[in-house]
Amino acid sequence: MRVLTKKNIMILGSILLAFAIVQLLMSIGILNSFYQITIATICINIILAVSLNLVTGFTGQFSLGHAGFMSIGAYVCAIIMMRIPSTYGFLLGVIAGAFAAAFVGVLIGIPTLRLKGDYLAIATLGMAEIIRVIFLNMEITNGAAGLNGIPRFANWLWLCFFTVATIIIINNFIRSSHGRACISIREDEIAAESMGINTTKHKVMAFALGAFFAGVAGALYASYFYFLKPDLFGFLKSIDILVIVVLGGMGSITGSVIAAILLALLTTFLQSFTAVRMIVYAAILVVIMIFRPQGLMGSKEITDLFEFRKKDDRIE
Amino acid sequence: MSLLSVEKLTKSFGGLTAVSNVSLHIEKGELVGLIGPNGAGKTTLFNLLTGVYVPTSGNIKLDQGGKIKELGGLKPYNVTKTGLARTFQNIRLFKDLTVLDNVRIAMHMNVQYNMTAALFHPNKFFNEEDRIREEAEKLLQIFHLTGKKNEFAKNLPYGEQRHLEIARALATKPSILLLDEPAAGMNPNETAALTEIIGWIRKEFDLTVLLIEHDMSLVMKICERIYVLDYGMMIASGKPEEIRANKKVIEAYLGEDVSNA
Repeated sequence: MRVLTKKNIMILGSILLAFAIVQLLMSIGILNSFYQITIATICINIILAVSLNLVTGFTGQFSLGHAGFMSIGAYVCAIIMMRIPSTYGFLLGVIAGAFAAAFVGVLIGIPTLRLKGDYLAIATLGMAEIIRVIFLNMEITNGAAGLNGIPRFANWLWLCFFTVATIIIINNFIRSSHGRACISIREDEIAAESMGINTTKHKVMAFALGAFFAGVAGALYASYFYFLKPDLFGFLKSIDILVIVVLGGMGSITGSVIAAILLALLTTFLQSFTAVRMIVYAAILVVIMIFRPQGLMGSKEITDLFEFRKKDDRIE
Repeated sequence: MSLLSVEKLTKSFGGLTAVSNVSLHIEKGELVGLIGPNGAGKTTLFNLLTGVYVPTSGNIKLDQGGKIKELGGLKPYNVTKTGLARTFQNIRLFKDLTVLDNVRIAMHMNVQYNMTAALFHPNKFFNEEDRIREEAEKLLQIFHLTGKKNEFAKNLPYGEQRHLEIARALATKPSILLLDEPAAGMNPNETAALTEIIGWIRKEFDLTVLLIEHDMSLVMKICERIYVLDYGMMIASGKPEEIRANKKVIEAYLGEDVSNA
């Protein structure tokens, strides 16, 4: 079993430890409900950023439609949970939401992924707006008023579980031959095609996988925050996710994780300075981008810094 | 039937005919050269053969053990799957990836696990990855790149980047290798070494080779037959000594005045 390497056991150990510490702090009341919301936001943003990083950072396809896929996961999960208010309903909702988002990802991906760069960004932006307007006009989603009173089943355990699962699966994908094929598209599409890689297929594959996990994030959002309306998933939400990816480093999973945590903490601590909050937030982003234009982690992973990672296994 | 036969191939870009009515054939195991002055349409012809461009008219036929396959109009990745691999005139390596990854990526179309295995890494995944790595390292050894397998491709010296491109093309397990100016920018020593390697891999991998080259010493030394293109038209073909004496070729290369003088 090559899954049980020293490195993987150490990673698993640190995840369990982090989970236990947060759980303990919650149960003895040090982390009150205000901080618990921050933690939920962090988890959801990590899933969103890591999945967008797969599309934008690794496959090199500039997408501004991630919030659209998130909203599909959110609405599908919410509608299912309101009819089956149980843990099973919640899990069914997450899975159905994710698959629905992936399905739409394939549908949108096939026509739009022929485009490159800025054109693709505009096309995906448009697609996300179409999804939003559809939700705004559907009866089952209750239009602009939104869905209220979605049962809350997403707790720290599930948030942690889905976040870790997302990171592991996307990391696995990137470190497989399929993932390398996606990265080669970012590097040089013509050369990739000449090496026998069906570039359209792999772009759609990465896009659908990214949409799948955006759907998971949306489902968790719906179940944690009780309330959904189409405006939550507008253009600005997509930009928020992109900011995390760019800040963390395009092509670095740990970068996305670190940036998601940092930005959520920053927002939380700036809550007390309402007047200057957005100015400080924006100023910090500008300063970071000036001094580290490649993002906090560049294209490196945190494991690259440790000894137990064999140099052989580097992919970026 | 020849392994690869091109019949009356034409490619026009608007009013410009880059390749006009070109016919050529390559037999199995041959090493054929394609020469011509700058802008003669050599690379366009390569791009037609490898699916980068769709021909305006004409056929490209590949003999797959008795079965004839038309390559004109196929997507580049499907052409590669039929066993044609190429290098590029202006090196197109995956610059920010390691030398090893450059070769491993080219092995993707022969990979023996599916998307599910890529996501969940069962044991089958690790066995296949081991095989890929082993084969990639074997290829790197041929080109003396083993010691640099973890370097970024962009950090290799120019000559080694050219070698890596050939290694990457070989990783797709081709039967026909198309080399677009493999010796461009190399000094005489490097060209001599490259000549040797091309000869060796040809035998080792049982390859048929078509190469575009400006360096006459390389072409005359290793090519068994040579085609000459000028202004998109095939002006001569034959053995190296015939080409060297061909008046049309001398005119195309040196200009009419010189031959008249």
